[in-house]
Amino acid sequence: MALSIIESCVNCYACEPLCPSQAIAKADPHFLIDAKKCTECDGDFADPQCATICPIEGAILNAAGEAINPPGSLTGIPPFKLAEAMAEIQAR
Amino acid sequence: MELKVLGQDNSKSASAPAGGCSSGTCGSSEDGMGHLPDHVRQKVHNHPCYSEEAHHFYARMHVAVAPACNIQCHYCNRKYDCANESRPGVVSELLSPDQAAKKVLAVASEIPQMTVLGVAGPGDPLANPERTFSTFRQIADKAPDIKLCLSTNGLALPDHIDEIVALNVDHVTITINCVDPEVGAKIYPWVFWNNKRIKGAKGAKILIERQQQGLEMLIERGILVKVNSVLIPGVNDEHLKEVSKIVKAKGTFLHNVMPLIAEAEHGTFYGVMGQRGPNKQELSDLQDACAGDMNMMRHCRQCRADAVGLLGEDRGQEFTLDKIDVLDIDYAAAMEKRAHVHAGIEAHRDALRAEKAEKTSIDLIAPQGTPPARIAVTTKGGGVINEHFGHAKEFLVYEASPEGVRFIGPRKVENAYCVGPDVCPAGEEKGTVLDAILAALDDCSAVLSAKVGIEPWSRLEDAGITPSGEFAMDEIDEAVKGMYLQLIEQGWSGKDLDVRAVG
Repeated sequence: MALSIIESCVNCYACEPLCPSQAIAKADPHFLIDAKKCTECDGDFADPQCATICPIEGAILNAAGEAINPPGSLTGIPPFKLAEAMAEIQAR
Repeated sequence: MELKVLGQDNSKSASAPAGGCSSGTCGSSEDGMGHLPDHVRQKVHNHPCYSEEAHHFYARMHVAVAPACNIQCHYCNRKYDCANESRPGVVSELLSPDQAAKKVLAVASEIPQMTVLGVAGPGDPLANPERTFSTFRQIADKAPDIKLCLSTNGLALPDHIDEIVALNVDHVTITINCVDPEVGAKIYPWVFWNNKRIKGAKGAKILIERQQQGLEMLIERGILVKVNSVLIPGVNDEHLKEVSKIVKAKGTFLHNVMPLIAEAEHGTFYGVMGQRGPNKQELSDLQDACAGDMNMMRHCRQCRADAVGLLGEDRGQEFTLDKIDVLDIDYAAAMEKRAHVHAGIEAHRDALRAEKAEKTSIDLIAPQGTPPARIAVTTKGGGVINEHFGHAKEFLVYEASPEGVRFIGPRKVENAYCVGPDVCPAGEEKGTVLDAILAALDDCSAVLSAKVGIEPWSRLEDAGITPSGEFAMDEIDEAVKGMYLQLIEQGWSGKDLDVRAVG
């Protein structure tokens, strides 16, 4: 039972001091969660702290490998809108 | 950097009166420092971000030590790394507190006009209290002649007042975009509070309460507070008048209303969703509407979280980590040089004030009823017209009216007209670059530069903007006044500012 940080992490340091198990460490190219230490904050907090402050959608996965903050959930930008905007920028 | 003021004869200004009127601010209600108590004027007199006059002479730097944030704003994208963009929240190199301290000493030695170190992100300084305060502690210890300031969203502010006071951080900027949670819900999708992510109006309400509480606590402790607000048309434009009233009543020293920057390529909510920023006239109208209540700041350049130099310039590329790593800095020697340079600048400013005080009269500068004219100038610092038209990437716009001269704001363009020091653009590119400059100045009746080339000269004239190189090296206010009188003499007809500026 552990969360993981993936490559979309922007290394903002926000999660690291919040972890009650000191399971998060700076690494290259991005922060990592030590699966042996991670408790998903069970017993400490109602919500896993790293995923609760992380500003990047999709950067933190649950034990099943699913994004805890799926696209659109943090920025409020509907995914289709973002795709449209990106396509338009590409086309320029 | 070229700074003409250093060659000044200091002795002749020794008898100049201290205080008095300041360039571009005297008598103009929106920027007037005259009513401020002496100790406050003393605090801001060499702070480029707090004093419009000082920004012509003194430089600032930001160090990017604070990457974490505790809220999300709809005008911010947290994937912030970019070397080619200039806007808040963007940096190219994150620094540790030790690296930042070294960089500050390097810049202070190299650019003695640098008086202020700010921490402004790229996240929120107080969401990274250890990194921020460790940087400040090192600078307070090694470079006591540098002023410290920070810029925060306010959520964590009430928890850090004692540290702010203890480290002598005497300028704090709080970004306050609203005092109503319903408005806040349209600006802040969430805040991180008490170990939970709180969305919508509920989150905004917490943020607003903490901002106001932090503001009150700072004022109580005698810290100068500037409030920044982002003007978002249709979201908080009318509401900002109320914000301005409230923060002024609580003792805020300066209110800085900035235009929203929103482009789809920034990947921000507002950018992607097509929220527009305000046009020039909407911005200056709102600043005017708020000005009745407080000092308004109009010279903000919305700089990067790692900007270095005079406002409007960014010399960050000269001080990257690899470059400062090999430097050996003798700060004691640098401090002596800095004190000397600052004394030179102050002597020059005193002389300017004395000169101005002699000339100042209560008479109108033009017949009552003459329409106002907006006049753009190009400068690279020192408060004089000393930049060539072709080299300018920003224009300072002033408004002359029978009552006097006031500063309206900076206009940035992406490219200067000239490609290199002596290279003018060719073909189509030339037209595009000039079109952008003409659009940025479309409410202006004249532009004053150290020199203006033949090609842009005729295009400016065709666009109803009189170019002039006649005021090269003149003090900005005097030059603007001089040009205004020339325009009147030539029978110029005033531009309809409201109509010209829209779109």
